[in-house]
Amino acid sequence: MAEHPPPALELRDASKSFGPVVALRRGTLVARSGSIHALVGENGAGKSTIVKIIAGLYRRDSGDYLLDGQPVDFSSTSEAKARGVAVIYQEPTLFPDLSVTENIFMGRHLLGKGRRIDRAAMYAEVERLFSGLGVHIDPRRPALGLSIADQQIVEIAKAISLDARVLIMDEPTAALSGVEVERLFTVARALRDEGRALVFISHRFDEVFALCDTVTVMRDGDYVDTMAIDETDPGEIVALMVGREVGDLFPKTPADVGDPVLRVEGLTSAGTFHDIDFEVRAGEIVALAGLVGAGRSEIARAVFGIDRYDAGTVTIGGAPVTAGSPRAAIRAGMALVPEDRRQQGLVTDSSIARNIASVIRRGLARTGVLTSAAEAGAAGPWASRLEVKTHALDMPAATMSGGNQQKVVIAKWLATEPVLLVIDEPTRGIDVGTKAEVHRLLSELAGQGLAILMISSELPEVLGMADRVLVVSEGRITDEISRADATAERVMRAATQSTGAHA
Amino acid sequence: MSTPTHERAASHPHHADQDRLVQPSQLSPARRALATVLHSRELAILLVLALVIAVATVRNPTFLFSGNSWRDLLLTPSMLVVLAVGQAVVIITRNVDLSVGSTLALTAYLTGRLFIDLPGIPIVAVVVAGLLVGGLLGLVNGVLVAVGKVPALVITLGTLYIYRGIVLTWAGSDRINASDLPRSFLSLGTRQVLSIPVLTLVALVVLLSVGYYLQTARGGREMYAIGSDPDAAVLYGLDVRRRVLTAFVLSGALAGLAGVMYAARYGTVSAGAGVGMELEAVAAVVIGGVAIFGGSGTVWGAAIGAVLLVTINRALPILGIPDFWQRAVVGALIIGAIVLDRVLADRRRRTLAEARDES
Repeated sequence: MAEHPPPALELRDASKSFGPVVALRRGTLVARSGSIHALVGENGAGKSTIVKIIAGLYRRDSGDYLLDGQPVDFSSTSEAKARGVAVIYQEPTLFPDLSVTENIFMGRHLLGKGRRIDRAAMYAEVERLFSGLGVHIDPRRPALGLSIADQQIVEIAKAISLDARVLIMDEPTAALSGVEVERLFTVARALRDEGRALVFISHRFDEVFALCDTVTVMRDGDYVDTMAIDETDPGEIVALMVGREVGDLFPKTPADVGDPVLRVEGLTSAGTFHDIDFEVRAGEIVALAGLVGAGRSEIARAVFGIDRYDAGTVTIGGAPVTAGSPRAAIRAGMALVPEDRRQQGLVTDSSIARNIASVIRRGLARTGVLTSAAEAGAAGPWASRLEVKTHALDMPAATMSGGNQQKVVIAKWLATEPVLLVIDEPTRGIDVGTKAEVHRLLSELAGQGLAILMISSELPEVLGMADRVLVVSEGRITDEISRADATAERVMRAATQSTGAHA
Repeated sequence: MSTPTHERAASHPHHADQDRLVQPSQLSPARRALATVLHSRELAILLVLALVIAVATVRNPTFLFSGNSWRDLLLTPSMLVVLAVGQAVVIITRNVDLSVGSTLALTAYLTGRLFIDLPGIPIVAVVVAGLLVGGLLGLVNGVLVAVGKVPALVITLGTLYIYRGIVLTWAGSDRINASDLPRSFLSLGTRQVLSIPVLTLVALVVLLSVGYYLQTARGGREMYAIGSDPDAAVLYGLDVRRRVLTAFVLSGALAGLAGVMYAARYGTVSAGAGVGMELEAVAAVVIGGVAIFGGSGTVWGAAIGAVLLVTINRALPILGIPDFWQRAVVGALIIGAIVLDRVLADRRRRTLAEARDES
């Protein structure tokens, strides 16, 4: 090929760690002007970390970052913006109280005489931007109430008015309808033809193949490959995305599968999930797999009664569970270990004993008074059974490692003697060694006849732990796979498949 | 196929309202201005204010038509207006300044001391001293809030007591009397220009300049943005720290000015001057339609809120309403204003959401 101008954006071998956790091992991304470049990878592959480094939100620990061949080093988003880098997030952050125009010009209002803001000039400029993009949004209306698609258009208009040369779109289509996706693509192609470099992050391969000309694949924080889009196919990309050995890292011991414990039929919540049918049997681990935002956690929350649903039924052991009441769910024998332990599952400032005893308080309190001794008495057996490593039960939970915190949360719920355990991302943020312990614990509990519904974004965990895998994509179950048939490729294919909601 | 939830049959009564919100550019500039004024909170409380004055005057004509009534109507609220303007700016940035009452006491006492200890000191110098000392106290608040990242409620609650403690230690049981102050200074508290009291003019100048700044300067608009969504403000690369600091310095300086005005108006200053005025200022701001979580509202509203609050307090005794109920009325006004805000915000949100579903 002939001599190229330097690429608009070049990130080479960038790495980023947060304490002991490596978020990005080797981030490499080269985007050229007049091109739309796809960046794909599983959840946790390091895509968002790359975006944040490019945007100036994170500082890389090592590696090179060049714009138009010039090395750069940003310590804030405004520096990146000044150099023509703009990021459009999945859910844009606008100022709801202010007008669309002010949102576009915030921080750099056009000034007229006497440094006075020139509103007329700004409105005219925004009219021009919007008509250039072929959209109809009133420049004077407040940003409050704009659809996500329109909010993204406002962000894009802002990027254009900044004359951004590099535009990163981080999963922009996740919340859009079919028409809105088409409009976004039209805009994206027009921007490409103006000679800007676009990076498009998406889990939907049909979109990647329809829009992009080049694709970079990442896996586990590492760069895998970059290919021209017409020299590859979705099968190859999926293989590159998941291409790791799924060993016996997560051994689920076989357990006798008993009667159905949980049965969910026709569960629907408008705009979130639709027609969800499944059951979980005693001694069985069922995984809800899928991409972040597919609706898995929402399904779990609805089953547990935290969120209301519009239609469908949830039964435990044949008896219907009152909708919208976590208290009824607990009474029916459900337990929920949420994804964000610190926020939802654990009172980190309280002692371990108090945390474990918190859900069974009522039973413990004698004549209305709850003593620390009673709490410790109730908590002791559970903590030892789960091998929570801590010196004393009266230590605050915040002092424990992530793995032990997770065990405390599980212990807390086991104390209610549930028949069904719903666990959301059981090993997120837990180091590798403790991960195996949490997995062994779950496996043991299943062996004792507990029914477990596990939500996980980590493919190896899903494949290693689950007796059955339900794949959720865009709020629908797109595949049900038994343990024997479960392969990474099959799960990923089902997870990235558009359900036809807007085909 | 499109998503089913968006296909709701649409026949809602407030289409005009929807157009005003969703497509304001469709209206002619005059209609747009009219719609803005008619839907403004400022107009609503101005009407309430007019109603209060009218009822009080009908019941007792001296409320408006007697020697000093007209003057008092304008003069008494001027300190609170100045405090409320500063408070509004702070609240717009999603903060609060509870120390302004104590700041006012400090500079009011300072004013007296300056006249006593430095006889012949020019009035201008005293005013500048009040602004500077107030600004300094505001700077302390601002640094702790913006740099220390401690919630403003906690910081300014602390400095409320600390600043008051300084006044108590400094003044002790001593008090400034009118006889200690030069006649020319005291006359500022009573003099009128074109039948408008001088102190009211001062408050008006403050109001107009701050209002102009908030509406037409980048800094002012950024304050609204910060209050509307502090996280987004960081993503936009706004200098949040500097703007919040500015808001607190402004609020402090205006409280300092209000202290000097207080001394001129009342002549006597004890260590207990202005106790509870910080809450009146917050109340005025809330009644005036500034969202307590920032991002919206105007100083015009806050100023009218201040006048309304003071006027109601003067009108209720005239109407023969017992003391307990006088306070209850003020409380009801605050709660009513917040409930009204909620209802209006919900309606606005719904109207905009419906417009989205219909499109």
